[in-house]
Amino acid sequence: MSRDPALELVGIDKTFGAVQANSDIHLTVERGTIHGIVGENGAGKSTLMSIIYGFYHADSGQIRVNGKAVAIRDSQAAIAAGIGMVHQHFMLVDNFTVLENIMLGAEGGALLAKGIASARAELLRLENAYGLKVDPDALIEQLPVGLQQRVEILKAMYRGAEILILDEPTGVLTPAEADHLFRILEVLRDQGKTVILITHKLREIMAITDTVSVMRRGKMVATRKTSETTVEELAELMVGRRVLLRVHKGDAKPGDVVLSVRNVSVKDNRRVTMVDNVSFDVRAGEIVGIAGVAGNGQSELLEAIAGIRKPSSGDMLLNGRTVDQADPAALRDMGVAHIPEDRHHMGLVLKFEEYENAVLGYHRKAAYGRGPLLDRKAIRRDAMEKIEKYDIRPPNPRLQTAGFSGGNQQKIVVAREIERDPTMLIIGQPTRGVDIGAIELIHRRIVEMRDAGKAILLVSVELDEIRALADRILVMFAGRVVGETARDADEQSLGLMMAGISA
Amino acid sequence: MSTASLPLPNWISYGLMPILNLSVAFLISGLLVWLIGESPIDALVLLLQGALGNGEGIGFTLFYATSFIFTGLSVAVAYHAGLFNIGSEGQAYLGGLGCALVALALDHYVPWYVTAPFAVVGSAIFGAAWAFIPAWLQAKRGSHIVITTIMFNFIGAALMVYLLVNVLIVPRVMAPETRTFLGGGRLPKLDWLMAMFGLKLGPAPFNVSFLIALVMCFLVWLLIWRTRLGYEMRTLGFSPSAAAYAGVPYARTVIIAMLISGALAGMMALNPVMGSAARLQVEFVGGAGFVGIAVALMGRSHPFGILLASLLFGILYQGGNALSFDMPGISHEMVLVIQGLVILFAGALESMFRPALVRIHQRLARP
Repeated sequence: MSRDPALELVGIDKTFGAVQANSDIHLTVERGTIHGIVGENGAGKSTLMSIIYGFYHADSGQIRVNGKAVAIRDSQAAIAAGIGMVHQHFMLVDNFTVLENIMLGAEGGALLAKGIASARAELLRLENAYGLKVDPDALIEQLPVGLQQRVEILKAMYRGAEILILDEPTGVLTPAEADHLFRILEVLRDQGKTVILITHKLREIMAITDTVSVMRRGKMVATRKTSETTVEELAELMVGRRVLLRVHKGDAKPGDVVLSVRNVSVKDNRRVTMVDNVSFDVRAGEIVGIAGVAGNGQSELLEAIAGIRKPSSGDMLLNGRTVDQADPAALRDMGVAHIPEDRHHMGLVLKFEEYENAVLGYHRKAAYGRGPLLDRKAIRRDAMEKIEKYDIRPPNPRLQTAGFSGGNQQKIVVAREIERDPTMLIIGQPTRGVDIGAIELIHRRIVEMRDAGKAILLVSVELDEIRALADRILVMFAGRVVGETARDADEQSLGLMMAGISA
Repeated sequence: MSTASLPLPNWISYGLMPILNLSVAFLISGLLVWLIGESPIDALVLLLQGALGNGEGIGFTLFYATSFIFTGLSVAVAYHAGLFNIGSEGQAYLGGLGCALVALALDHYVPWYVTAPFAVVGSAIFGAAWAFIPAWLQAKRGSHIVITTIMFNFIGAALMVYLLVNVLIVPRVMAPETRTFLGGGRLPKLDWLMAMFGLKLGPAPFNVSFLIALVMCFLVWLLIWRTRLGYEMRTLGFSPSAAAYAGVPYARTVIIAMLISGALAGMMALNPVMGSAARLQVEFVGGAGFVGIAVALMGRSHPFGILLASLLFGILYQGGNALSFDMPGISHEMVLVIQGLVILFAGALESMFRPALVRIHQRLARP
């Protein structure tokens, strides 16, 4: 069965300075298929998609749409060639209606009335043709995330996209919403559209795609029919060696309660209650996982426990001492280490040299200075030890942190927090944007910490990660803990809880 | 990764780019000079001769540069903590009050070297005090520091005029200024330093505050890159969220950074007030606070860069004066335009050529 290709890439090359982001990429995407592209972070997926969508220009190589070579200078040209993109972070105006967002950039004249009328008609047509139902007059900010994503898809369709690229589309969705998205993609495919799905979740690839291509270190290393490959083979192709997908760990031996959270509520910067009357304990020697779709209060809860955000009510006790008002520095002194959810935003100062980040938060410790001065020799020695122990590459503490890959940046944070030998470890999204090799190491270190009797609180939106690591799982929805299950809970009941339906 | 954020080698970032910016500014200035019918080459030669041609010219150049070093450091320290202090002008003005009060109180009784340390502290305290209110408002109430420091420039100017006209003025004298300080309230000139290079200072007011400025360059470098406080300030400046995560106290760090910034601006007053005029005059700061912003930008907020940028602006100031004096076609306003162009290209548009340089460098550096 050989269909005609909708999109062909021929010998695409792209370098940034000394980094070869894409090297001699050849790819053929057949019309009317769902084509998955997998690869570790930094493998060059995003660069390749940016080239197809006109954000970057390839140094050499050719893009062919429907067999004809096209020059894609900018995203306008991409749209004209029938390529649409749904970004990982939505590009929507929150206080516009669905209709206004879809029209944005395609208003069709200085006055809006005519454009609105034709957009409304076209929207109705798309709804009937593809089952993409959404109220055209609803404000974006009032729509759930799943529907916002649908608006993004509609935006692309409205501009006549024949090839739809989705970049990590399920990161913000519940399992049920993800299923719904997949059904929509299947309808689009059956109507003759072509879908390119970029993801690092191999199970999604297996569930939805027809063909899958694997990228590694800027090269397209393999293309397989999905029906003829396995998760294990894809993982091996991505990393270039055999990988352990499961974490080996024995049963937990929980000890005394270390952290006790009692009726805690937390408001965000807009004064909206994000955590609503939450209570739980974390004991020494156990990993408590908090599952949930992103944005249901996990981030605010973590920040409150780490002292960054003050709870609006409730109590937090650490080894029996009240710590609701303690700041992050005081909590560190009490043995609380925190691997934050977002290393770029919180865990690291990207413009610092590596060694400067190796003591972030601990820079007031006596070992790192004399009086008001920093002891840079001691800090660098310390940084170098961690670089060796965690195999951080390149092994150069004087390099600017922004120059390290995502996985190595995360290892800088993990090393800093774990090597402090804390009694309580708070972890948010430990492996987001981290390559599989580093995931193995980070997971292993977390389990070692547990076995050494540390209390660990783990927040992750990756259900697989929670299930692999946690000894107990709490599920958060809309700011509340809606359920608790053992680690071996089945995915379906967890998914229902994450959607707010109590089991 | 966008092209603009790609790293460039230091010799391009800190060498080629400033030179390129400066050349464009001079090129456009030359065009303007040519348009009004004078020779750009002659103008450039006059400017350089006026600023660097003899001991007196160099003395004036260094005198101006001294003021710019202080205000440049002031802007840079705040900038490292993520604060854009537009108020160095007003803080320097109030700093003048601090050192004048010290000089007026002590000049009868002690020699200058006893007065000087007190004057340094006095000017620093008054400058810091004028920065404190905007700092506190930023730290505790979230009022934007740019807005409040601009407002405090005006309030400071009004306050100083009031004090000079109504309080500090010498009875039966028309000029709104204090009495002239005696020797014990003056900073001596650096004739000996010039003599070491075989130059005669003449009437140029190049004085001891230049040495104080050099010490401050070193201390600021020490503070920013070698102390825990400087580490915390840079963390806050690069990433407020990472600072919150690391437990860097926001309000305290903001206030301390602004106090140091204000103190450095205040010390600028030592140069014109005690080093040159030997009295406190209305509007003695004369825009040095604003030049400090350009100096800090051009010097990349590094003391060594600030030193070089200050010298450049010193040359522009002194050379410009000489130019408008010697070339009748070029008015004082024309000189201001040239200075403005340098500030525009070296300061505000300092990264204008960066994307192009990154592209060229990438093409050439590819193996």
